[in-house]
Amino acid sequence: MKDTEIAVIGGGPAGLMAALAAAEMGARVTIIDRNSRLGGQLVKQTHKFFGSEKEYASVRGIDIGRLLSDEVLKNPRIETMLDSTVIGYYPDDGVLGVEFEGKTFVKIKPKKVVVATGASEKFLPFENNDLPGIYGAGAVQTLMNEHGVVPGENVLMVGAGNIGLIVSYQLMQAKVNVKAIIDAAPCIGGYWVHASKVARLGVPIMTSYTIKAAYPNEATGTLERAVIWQLDDRWQPIPGTEKVLKVDVICISVGLSPLTEILWQAGCEMKYVPQLGGHVAVRNENMETTVPGIYVAGDVAGVEEASSAMIEGRLAGLNAAKSLGYDDGTYSEKRLEAIKRLQNLRSGPVGEKIRQGLAQLVSSGGDYNA
Amino acid sequence: MLKTCGIPTEEELASRIPPKDRRKKGPVVMIECFQKIPCNPCFTACKRGAIQKFEDINDLPSIDFDKCNGCGLCISKCPGLAIFVIDETYSEDEATVSLPFEFLPLPREGEEVDLLDRSGKKVGRGRVLKVRNGKYEDRTPVITVTVPKGLSMVVRNIRVGGDLR
Repeated sequence: MKDTEIAVIGGGPAGLMAALAAAEMGARVTIIDRNSRLGGQLVKQTHKFFGSEKEYASVRGIDIGRLLSDEVLKNPRIETMLDSTVIGYYPDDGVLGVEFEGKTFVKIKPKKVVVATGASEKFLPFENNDLPGIYGAGAVQTLMNEHGVVPGENVLMVGAGNIGLIVSYQLMQAKVNVKAIIDAAPCIGGYWVHASKVARLGVPIMTSYTIKAAYPNEATGTLERAVIWQLDDRWQPIPGTEKVLKVDVICISVGLSPLTEILWQAGCEMKYVPQLGGHVAVRNENMETTVPGIYVAGDVAGVEEASSAMIEGRLAGLNAAKSLGYDDGTYSEKRLEAIKRLQNLRSGPVGEKIRQGLAQLVSSGGDYNA
Repeated sequence: MLKTCGIPTEEELASRIPPKDRRKKGPVVMIECFQKIPCNPCFTACKRGAIQKFEDINDLPSIDFDKCNGCGLCISKCPGLAIFVIDETYSEDEATVSLPFEFLPLPREGEEVDLLDRSGKKVGRGRVLKVRNGKYEDRTPVITVTVPKGLSMVVRNIRVGGDLR
């Protein structure tokens, strides 16, 4: 049995910030991540980030990931377990089961847990959606940006949210032709600046369109054609509007759902909040769930931007450390600053969905209100 | 329309175009930022105070065009790649547009390239005057290209080496 003060599950933007904040307060932290390197999805984000200087605005995600991992790796209070997957949480004795480096089973008994497991991609039902050549946008990013492999030659992107727009741009940078970006919604869901970036490359964005079916090449069995059709204002397909696109790749980018298995196991009160991507844990302003000592941060707490994930992580880390008695006198100020920055990021029109979602979720008051 | 296809209409653009009088005096910034998102690096990048301080980080940038000298230091700092510098005083029949360009191959200075509009359509040919690609630009090279005078508000992209699609 291995002891640690705070276990952080997931080494993406939220987890790294949680670990750094907790260590800054004086706590000993163990980060557990199933990947071979820290950074989570940041390692695939080649675009410069929005936000303010404090959220690393104008710095590319991949560089933010590197910056944070370097800080974590040289911090003597933080231990890192890579290639290690948390496969269970046993609420009776508060033990985490970890498949350590893919080889051995290790038990860890932390005093506090920050769950920063992120989210997984949603998929779409349509005819032949299992053909070779049909990918989630995350897989395409992994192939291209981590392994330097292009997924094909001609792509239909399904989904005009930020991920769909950004991955389309990255595909074009890699000389892969994006034939069209379609979205069932009547408006582009991602930031308009991302949309304008791909529009001026000549990529058409077609709103109120969805995918009807995919068809294989008879000889190879791999994707050859996609059929799309238009939706009316009640989101019903309009027969006769079908268009055939010759593509060898369909990239699905229709949103994310929080990866909450550990929270369910721990017995956290969960709630279905569509605006936050699905089931999420009820929590207070300090990011603590209804199970004392278990905190959430990042996409698992509600699917949002990496910039807010980082601040949520910081908030969770500060509070987890504080609950163990670590406070050099700066806690209250740092906590309030993080809460204020989160509010600023969410206060505009693009934060409305998140605000609606959180209103259904965040219980009032916190255990350590300043 | 921006929200359905990512391409601004004339009306949408109108509010972002620098005043005509100012454009006659030399290079000036045009920020094609139409949506209130939480973002302010353009303000941080501007050394002349031409981009006003954001009361709320979700505000659209507001510009004092008389303070802007068209230096272009904001171009590569905009995460949305939405900033351009226009110089309508370049020559009798040509203007220049400076734009962010994150594609390979990069053009060489003096090279002729295709000029594209906001929908990626070719609208002419231009000559690359300058390629800024230093540490400051951080892999968002800034290209200055000549455009026929009437196209200073139209050209927003270039294509190097012809149409590969």
